[in-house]
Amino acid sequence: MMWNGRRAGIAIGGGVVLLIFAYLVWGGIGSNLVYFLTPTELLAKGSSVYGTSVRLGGIVEDGSIRWDADRRELRFRLHDENAKTVEVLSTGVPPQMFSGGIGAVVEGIWTPDGVFHSHNLMVKHSNEYRAPMPGTKPPEYYRELFRKQQS
Amino acid sequence: MNGVVGHAATLSALLLAAFGAVAAFLGGRRRDVRYVTAAQRAAVGVFALVALTFATMERALITHDFSVSYVAQVGSRATPLFYTIISLWSALEGSILLWALILSIYTALLALWSRRRSNSGAGVDPYLPYALGTVLCVNIFFLLLISWPANPFRPMSSVPSDGPGPNALLQNSPFMGVHPPLLYTGYVGMSVPFALATGALLAGRLNPDWPKVIRRWTMIPWTFLSLGIVAGAWWSYEVLGWGGYWAWDPVENASFMPWLTATAFLHSVMVQERRGMLKTWTITLIVSTFLLTVLGTFLTRSGVLASVHAFTQSAIGPFFLTFLGLVLLTSLTLLAWRSDALSSEGRFDAPLSRESAFMVNNLLFASFAFVVLLGTMFPLIAEAARGVKVSVGGPYFNQMSVPIALTLVFLAGVGPALPWRKGSLELLRGKFRWPTIAALATGIVLVAAGVRAPLALLAFALTVFSAGLLVAEFAGPTSARHRTTGELWLVALWRVCTSNRRRYGGYMAHAGILVLAVGVASSSTFRREQEWTIEVGTSEQLGRYQVRLDSVWAVHESNRDGVIAATTVSVGGRVLTRLNPRLNYYKSAMEPIGTPAVRESLREDIYLVLMAYTADGKRATIKAIASPLVAWIWLGGGIVGLGALFALWPGAGGAPRRDPVAELGRPRARPVSEARV
Repeated sequence: MMWNGRRAGIAIGGGVVLLIFAYLVWGGIGSNLVYFLTPTELLAKGSSVYGTSVRLGGIVEDGSIRWDADRRELRFRLHDENAKTVEVLSTGVPPQMFSGGIGAVVEGIWTPDGVFHSHNLMVKHSNEYRAPMPGTKPPEYYRELFRKQQS
Repeated sequence: MNGVVGHAATLSALLLAAFGAVAAFLGGRRRDVRYVTAAQRAAVGVFALVALTFATMERALITHDFSVSYVAQVGSRATPLFYTIISLWSALEGSILLWALILSIYTALLALWSRRRSNSGAGVDPYLPYALGTVLCVNIFFLLLISWPANPFRPMSSVPSDGPGPNALLQNSPFMGVHPPLLYTGYVGMSVPFALATGALLAGRLNPDWPKVIRRWTMIPWTFLSLGIVAGAWWSYEVLGWGGYWAWDPVENASFMPWLTATAFLHSVMVQERRGMLKTWTITLIVSTFLLTVLGTFLTRSGVLASVHAFTQSAIGPFFLTFLGLVLLTSLTLLAWRSDALSSEGRFDAPLSRESAFMVNNLLFASFAFVVLLGTMFPLIAEAARGVKVSVGGPYFNQMSVPIALTLVFLAGVGPALPWRKGSLELLRGKFRWPTIAALATGIVLVAAGVRAPLALLAFALTVFSAGLLVAEFAGPTSARHRTTGELWLVALWRVCTSNRRRYGGYMAHAGILVLAVGVASSSTFRREQEWTIEVGTSEQLGRYQVRLDSVWAVHESNRDGVIAATTVSVGGRVLTRLNPRLNYYKSAMEPIGTPAVRESLREDIYLVLMAYTADGKRATIKAIASPLVAWIWLGGGIVGLGALFALWPGAGGAPRRDPVAELGRPRARPVSEARV
C-alpha cells in the first residue's frame, strides 16, 4: 500500500469528519442528560441544578394534593425516607392511580422559587410481578362503579 | 412429568449440540465428509430436541401444570387460551427458550442447505462445516442458559393451585403474539451470517459465491427484523396510550441497532460482490450485527436497564457478558489473523458512482448505529464510572438521527440512479430534472397550504425527490419494454421486475422506507393532542373531531375487570365512529393498564385514551390525539417486507453478473445502461 497524496487526503478528510461527528455527539449527549434524583439529593445540589432536566422520584405526601381544575394545575409535595420535601407543580390531569402515599416520578426542572415544575408525571411502578403484600389490597376504586351499576 | 421431560430434552439437546460442534470443526479441518455428515445430522437432532422442549413447555402452560416453575410464574387458569399459549415468551426463561427454538430452526436449515450443496458434487468446502460449528456453539450457549441459570422447568417445592398470569401489559394486546416471534426470528437469524463469516475467516478464504450466499442468509432475518420492529412500534402505539410509537427506549434501541448494521451490510456486500472491495468492512458489519443482538439481549434480559420491556431480572447477566466478550475477542482475533484474505481487489474510480453512494450510505448507517449505541450505553457508563443515575433524553436521539435519516432518504433515491464505476453530470442532470421539479412543487404547495415546519417541509420534499428517482427506475425499463414488445403496461412492469428480482425488490424496500418516512415526519410534526374532563352526554372538540362521552361503565372478564368510556366521534355533525377506550384491572398488576381506542385511516388517526373517571360514572377524563398519516408507518413497513420477499423469491434474475471489468482487472469505460445492479 502506498502512502500517496490521495490516501493522505482521504485520511485527513475522514479525520475531520470524524472529529466533527464526535463533537456533535458529545455535545448532543451533554445537553440532553436527565438526572435521576431523590428530594434529598435535589435539595443538597441546590442552585447548581436550577434549570437542568431532572427526574425526581419520591413518595406523594398524604393530603398535599391540590388540583386546580380551571388552570389545570396540580400541586403536591414529594418526600423521601429522609423526610426531605419538594413542592411540585405539574400541569394536566393526574393518572387514575395518583393519590397520597404512592410513589411518583416527575420530570421537569427545579427553579429558584423552590418549586419543581414538572411536565411529565408518572406513577412509579415496577413491571415485575409482585404478589400483593398481606394487608394491601389491589385497587378497589372501580368496584364502586360496579356497585353503582348493579343498584 | 412435564418438568422432567422438558429438562431432559434441554440437556440432551445441549450434549448433541456440543457433539455436533466438535464434529463440524473436525470435519472442516480434516475435510472428512463423515464428520461433516454427523454434524449435520446432529444439528437436525438439536432442532428436534429443542422443539420437544418447546412443545413440553406449551403443554405445561396449556394444561396449567403448576409444578413447573415457569408455569407457576406466568400461568393462570383465568388467562384466555391465546394469551396462555403466547405467555411462553412473556418472561425471561421462556423468551430464551423461544430464542433457542428459533436458533435451532436456523441451525437445522443451515445444515440441510449445506448438505445439499456438498451433495451436488462440490465435496467438503471447509467454510460450511466451520459455519455450522460456529452456529452450534451459539446453540450451546443458549441451551446452557435454559439448562441452568434460566431453567424454566425447575420443580416447585410446593405446587400452587393457580398462578398470577403473565405480566398485565403483555396480556393486554394480541400484538404480543406477533411482535416477539417476528423480532426474534430476525434477531436470532443474524447468528447464521455471523457463522458464515466466521467460517470463511477460519477457512482462510472467501469463495466467489460467498457474498451471494451470506447476503441471502442475511436478507431472511433482516426482513423479519424489519417487520418485527415496525410491529413493535405499532404495538406500543396501540397499547401504551401516549399516541407515539417510538421513544428511544433501550429495548427499542436494542432491536434497532442490529437492523442498522445489517442494513449497512446488505448494501456493502453488494459492493463486495460487484467489485471485490470493502471485504474487511463487510465482515466487520456482520460481526457487529451479531454482537449487537447479543448485547441487546443482555441489556434487555439481564435487568441492567429498567424500562417498560425489561420485565424481569435474573442471574444470567454474567453469562451474557462472558459470551459477549468471547465472541468479540474471537472475531477480532480472526479478523486480524485473516486480514490477508480480505484485501481489496478493486478500487474506486470516481466519486460520483454507485460505489461511493454505498460508501456514504454505510458511513451514515454506521454513524447512526454508533449514535444509538452511545445514547443507550451512556447511562450505564455514567453509573459505573461516576455513580450518578442519568438517562439520555429523547432530544439527543432526535437531534442526531434526523439529519442522518434525511440524508438516507435522499440516498434511497439517488443511490439507485447512479451507475456503477463512474457517473456523469449530464446523466444526473437528465435524471434529476423531474424529481427536482416535483420536490420543489411539493414544497411550494405545502407552504401555500400553511405548513411552516422547516424539517417537515425538507422531509417531504426529499421524499418526493427520491420517490421520483425510484419511479423513473421502474418506468424507464417498463416503457422501453412496452415499446419493443407491445406488452400491456402492467405486464411489462411485472416482467421488468421479475427479470431482476433482487434489484426491483430492493427498490420496493426503498419505496417502503420513503412511505414510512412520510408517516414519521407528518405524525411527529402535525400531531395534535388535548385532554378534557367530560360529563356524560356532553362533547368536546379536537380540530374537526367532536368527541361525545356517552357513558362510563364497568365489565367483568375472566382474566380482568375493565372500565370503559363509550364515546361517539363525529366530524361535521356526521358520526365517524364509536370509540371505547378503557382501563383494565388485572390480578397481577397493582395499577390499571389502559387500552386506548384508535380509529385508523390512511389520512389521520383519531386516538382516545381513558385517563381517569369518577366512581359515580358521571365524568371521565379523556385524552384525544389526532395523528395525520401515522398509518403510513405500518404501511411502509409492510412494503419493505413485500419488497424483501420479492427479492428473496426463488426464480430467475436473482444474481447480477459479476462485473466483467473487475474480473479482467483492467478498468475501461462501459456503457451506462449495462452498469447497474
